[in-house]
Amino acid sequence: MAVKIVIGLDGTDTGERALAFARNLASQVEACELICAYVVEWSPFTFQTAEENAERHKRREEEIKVANERVVAPAVASLEAAGFKATGVVQHGDVAETLNRISNEHGGSQIIVGRVSNDGFTKRIFGSSTQNLVMHADVPVTVVG
Amino acid sequence: MKRITTLCTAAAVSLTAHAASAQETMGIDEKVNQVFSDATGPFVSFIFAPFPGTEFPWIVMWLVVAATLFSIYFGFVQFRFFGHAIGLVKGDYSDPKDAGEVSHFQALATALSGTVGLGNIAGVAVAVGIGGPGATFWMILAGLLGMASKFTECTLGVKYRNEYPDGTVSGGPMYYMSKGFKELGLPGGKVLAVLFSIFCILGALGGGNMFQANQAHAQISGIFGAYPGWITGIVFAAVVFAVIVGGIKSIANVTEKVVPFMGILYVGSALIILIVNADMIGWAFGQIFQGAFTGLGVAGGMVGALIQGFKRAAFSNEAGVGSAAIAHSAVRTKEPITEGFVSLLEPLIDTVIICTMTALVIVISQQLIIDQATGNYMLNEAGTAIATVDGNTGVALTSAAFASSISWFPYVLAIAVVLFAFSTMISWSYYGLKAWTYLFGEGKVTELIFKIIFCIFVVIGAAASLGPVIDFSDAAIFAMAVVNILALYFLMKLVRQELNSYAARLKSGEIKKFEH
Repeated sequence: MAVKIVIGLDGTDTGERALAFARNLASQVEACELICAYVVEWSPFTFQTAEENAERHKRREEEIKVANERVVAPAVASLEAAGFKATGVVQHGDVAETLNRISNEHGGSQIIVGRVSNDGFTKRIFGSSTQNLVMHADVPVTVVG
Repeated sequence: MKRITTLCTAAAVSLTAHAASAQETMGIDEKVNQVFSDATGPFVSFIFAPFPGTEFPWIVMWLVVAATLFSIYFGFVQFRFFGHAIGLVKGDYSDPKDAGEVSHFQALATALSGTVGLGNIAGVAVAVGIGGPGATFWMILAGLLGMASKFTECTLGVKYRNEYPDGTVSGGPMYYMSKGFKELGLPGGKVLAVLFSIFCILGALGGGNMFQANQAHAQISGIFGAYPGWITGIVFAAVVFAVIVGGIKSIANVTEKVVPFMGILYVGSALIILIVNADMIGWAFGQIFQGAFTGLGVAGGMVGALIQGFKRAAFSNEAGVGSAAIAHSAVRTKEPITEGFVSLLEPLIDTVIICTMTALVIVISQQLIIDQATGNYMLNEAGTAIATVDGNTGVALTSAAFASSISWFPYVLAIAVVLFAFSTMISWSYYGLKAWTYLFGEGKVTELIFKIIFCIFVVIGAAASLGPVIDFSDAAIFAMAVVNILALYFLMKLVRQELNSYAARLKSGEIKKFEH
């Protein structure tokens, strides 16, 4: 049975480093499947105007398309070119919760993410997505610096 | 269309006049007043006409009777599915895979931002000031019944909305009127839809725009001193333009975040006042119940209290008007009825909670003067309303009631009123736009024409005190309810089919909560 590893991508250099680390790790495992996941940060409890609501579905489709084209598809292509079995997934939601759910749905044995370096007010209060993932994930999490 | 052309001409004339001179503007205002009162007087009088021999407007009875019938027809859905509605808003029944679509919470918040506003602050003071504390009882009752009207119209709004290939949606009463009637093989759906759309556009430009701009200016000039209204109008119009035409989402985002915050601050402040005066809450409810059935000396006695309470609830939560059905249509749910369940929380939040808070604070602050000898309320010199400590009425009465416990609250209240006015304008610009595109077709140019007209009316609303125009606009909003409720009577059996099917699947466990 193949070992499944979920890689959290965010379109930045740290995401790329996470991808490189996962590729290196996968090369040492005999049967390994890599799942490239991109989570569009989204909360159902924000406030929007009626017009934004009416266009929400269209925007969501665009966000998924852009994330797929710019981040996920190139990552999957590069892994496949290197001879790995890889799939991609883009979902909306809370980054930590959604990555954990994707991992559970795919039977992932670990999650690899990049370290987020932003240092804002929100992070001080709620912690970063990476911290939340490390604390709440159901499988081991590797944070790549 | 002719009326709209007249309104546009009036707008253009008014703007030019302001640029020329204030003196000249007065002249134009008077002319516009005259033209409007002559042309629209009969319509306004008809909509707000009282039943013969009473002061009870028939339109209020129309809304309350409909709310009562819907409550009975759907087996008091507002109580049976209340817990389920809360679960839906919390996201318990939302598939995580649908994340990123409009949530039930977002649709509820958007619809609420269109109804919570001046009515909750000033309108309640008017109702309690005239009808006494007893008006609160009838207001709560009408609010609870109104939940069933919202449920009916919002379910239909989602069920019959239009979904376009680009993923955007348009929905509202005009769509369920034309499509629903067609589905049932009934004639006249299209006629009702066109009538509704015309009233909706006029209501959006008036009650949803000019009235709001006018009241916002009144609040701002109350703080900074009197200055020409067109200055407020142009600033407001520029901001509204930036949001609805320019698509500057940051402004809308800030407003949509600040408005709920103001709402929470308002309710929170009211709660603090109630907690501080906890020993008087029992007495206040005693006054409310006693006043509901005796009137406690108010003009018109018990009936006077009942009229004021019903009127305030109907005018505040817009249940039956059809506006909320437009706002809720944006949710992409597989079950249209879930949006109906969520929407029934609106009259509860708007009327039963926020309006009651205002009423309790006014009663507890003892701004209304009681005759110690009889225990009844004393009337003012004219004998039309209850005498107040400083002679305050409307928003000033609410402000004074809050200030009696929190001295600086009037400033917060003024900011809240301005923000509420702005968010109501943004919401109604969308309602009006949907009615406009229903009549004239979807398209960038068609939409732009309406949006520009809308912005022009912001300036007119803030600049002039066009009483007859505002009366007409309010009448147009309630004319929406005449057409909408008539259609709901024909279409309610479709909602019951949905309700029965959903309730059965919920009971059998086919519809279940998702793990989050």
